[in-house]
Amino acid sequence: MKILIRNGRVIDPANNIDETLDILVENSKISKVSKDIKNSADKTIDAADKIVLPGLVDMHVHLREPGREDKETICSGTKAGLKGGVTTLLAMPNTSPSIDSVKTLELVKKIIQKTAEANVFITAAITKARQGKELTDIARLKKEGIVAITDDGASVDNEELLLKALKIAKKEKILVLCHCEDKSLSKNGVVNLGFTSTRMGLRGISKESEYKRVERDIKLAEKADSPIHIAHVSCKESVEIIALAKGKGIKVTSDTCPHYFALSDAAVLGYDTNMKMNPPLRSKDDVGAIKKGLKNGIIDAIASDHAPHTENEKDIEFERAEFGVIGLETELAVAITELVHTGLLTWLDLARKMSLEPAKILRIKKGTLSVGTDADLIVLSPDKEWIVEKQNLISKSKNSCFLGRKLKGSVEYTICNGKIAYRWNS
Amino acid sequence: MVWIKKDLLGLEELTKEEIEFILTTAESFKEVTTREIKKVPALRGKTVVNLFYEPSTRTRVSFEVAAKRLSADVINIAPETSSVRKGETLIDTGRNIEALKADIIVVRHNASGAASMLARHLSISVVNAGDGWHEHPTQALLDIFTLKEKLGKIEGLNVVIVGDISHSRVARSNIRGLTKLGAKVIVCAPEILIPPAIEEMGVEVTDDIDEALKDADAVNVLRMQFERDEEAAFPEKLEYFRNFGITPERLKKAKKNIIVMHPGPINRGIEMSSEVADGINSVILEQVTNGIAVRMAVLFLVAQAQDKLAVRG
Repeated sequence: MKILIRNGRVIDPANNIDETLDILVENSKISKVSKDIKNSADKTIDAADKIVLPGLVDMHVHLREPGREDKETICSGTKAGLKGGVTTLLAMPNTSPSIDSVKTLELVKKIIQKTAEANVFITAAITKARQGKELTDIARLKKEGIVAITDDGASVDNEELLLKALKIAKKEKILVLCHCEDKSLSKNGVVNLGFTSTRMGLRGISKESEYKRVERDIKLAEKADSPIHIAHVSCKESVEIIALAKGKGIKVTSDTCPHYFALSDAAVLGYDTNMKMNPPLRSKDDVGAIKKGLKNGIIDAIASDHAPHTENEKDIEFERAEFGVIGLETELAVAITELVHTGLLTWLDLARKMSLEPAKILRIKKGTLSVGTDADLIVLSPDKEWIVEKQNLISKSKNSCFLGRKLKGSVEYTICNGKIAYRWNS
Repeated sequence: MVWIKKDLLGLEELTKEEIEFILTTAESFKEVTTREIKKVPALRGKTVVNLFYEPSTRTRVSFEVAAKRLSADVINIAPETSSVRKGETLIDTGRNIEALKADIIVVRHNASGAASMLARHLSISVVNAGDGWHEHPTQALLDIFTLKEKLGKIEGLNVVIVGDISHSRVARSNIRGLTKLGAKVIVCAPEILIPPAIEEMGVEVTDDIDEALKDADAVNVLRMQFERDEEAAFPEKLEYFRNFGITPERLKKAKKNIIVMHPGPINRGIEMSSEVADGINSVILEQVTNGIAVRMAVLFLVAQAQDKLAVRG
């Protein structure tokens, strides 16, 4: 199948391209990028007034399969991704059982092969059952295809163990992705500690519980001389610590999520459990710092931390509700609305944060529109407005923190591995 | 003023005028409670359900008496808190009560935000009788009612709230109500019992009770819940009494007519000495009496709002 995308504004940070071009897709690869491509095609997409981006690489997704297929499956999650422009995603290992053995990894690979609609890369746990006690067989798991290790949802408390994992990861050329939270500090907190927790009468999660752990993990990475990635950065101090480390030449990268730059803890005051996630929404001051960190490159990537939960786990008393929000279908539009249309980031910056950089961090061949690479790309209408509505979400779970929000920028086509995998139906 | 709010969830969402309107309405109901026949037909044919997930005698009984004096039918439900997780959800329980065609749910729950969650899901009235550490609006209203009755006004008063501010819904509701009505509020407690950024609620903070009492017109003494051991950061009882307990000696250095309040039940010899609890400055039992009038006013107003909504269809 040949697809010709004509006259789109092509954004490709890998090749520093931002100009009106045609793109020819052939045999699942990008075969030509230039002006006035004359080749015939089975399908021609008129992309005049549209933006063409490399498909998003979302490096933080909870697909819930195996174990909690009532929340999401590899099939439903990848479909939701395609709707949001995500052609490649990184699946977190906190499934049930966790991905901590070759056996579970094989099972997950099999389900992906059979049911995934987009590209799925897999992480394995750092420690068995994510208990923080005993390392998994990282070398073996790497051989079987994982691209990163993480105990996401938890931090490895034992320093020696994490140091050891970092050393192995360095040798195996695999990424260590850290959820930074000192549970002895965050305890049973449910919202940002401060005026918000005080007003709401809820237990708070301090910023210290995050940034102290960011500090520690970076120190360990420096010691091991291994790359480290800090996931879902939510507060000012974490950004400052990462900035310092980058300045010193430590190999640290980081990401944040749309909710940490689009919402502050003021959004949680109505006890809406769709505003409950971990780390929690922080103060306006922190939101400002996150935006600044994105602008100046301290925060390399944007990921969704897509965390589906069923209604009966969410629509209950605030302190008892599960942490987490879905994000695959909204992350691009939220980022366009909040970062590009506001002038904070250029389209090239956006494609870097949501596609090229995560691919680089994961050392996978994605995130570009270079000739010869996999044809993963998005055609989007930059100014088209739409409202996030529950009934239009295709994820199995509906726990979005952007319900009711008007967003500007919508995906018209998602092409994944050379096929039109999603099309806006209007 | 025409009352249009079908729920009373907290003092946070009430305006100064709305708070004053409840207090004025309560005054007329207080008159009713002095009559020989203490019953009016205002809520005849209405059903009030007391849904109490936390043990409570005084608040529940107060609501029950208030509803009965308004001629409402009252049903008390006390599900085991521990069964909430395995059993029926709060929302389902609420929906069942709604299906029984009850008119008002009075809910007490240990989760902050529980009352507002219930109100979001139901069309019948919800009155918050205490949610977690968040709000206890009728307690604050009766405290304010009592203060106003004693001192004639709220604006310009100096009110001290002493005790475990961190875990207190009574403190939070009082702070919201009193500051809206123009009182100056000082919260006094050991540092570990002061929640972060409480100053942003418009109060002053101190850990020196003698200093706090100096210009105080009233002191609201919170119950120290020593049974709450989860935080394990509570001061020792006698030490607390020594540093924060309200005693005749301390009151001697305060204004002569200082009002002493307590939401009950009192830990005598911990928050205050018996002499103070039973002394001339204490209005603790009057608070209980006023609680009935205030709750009658609240039930009456939310039912009225409900009827208006029904008429509008």
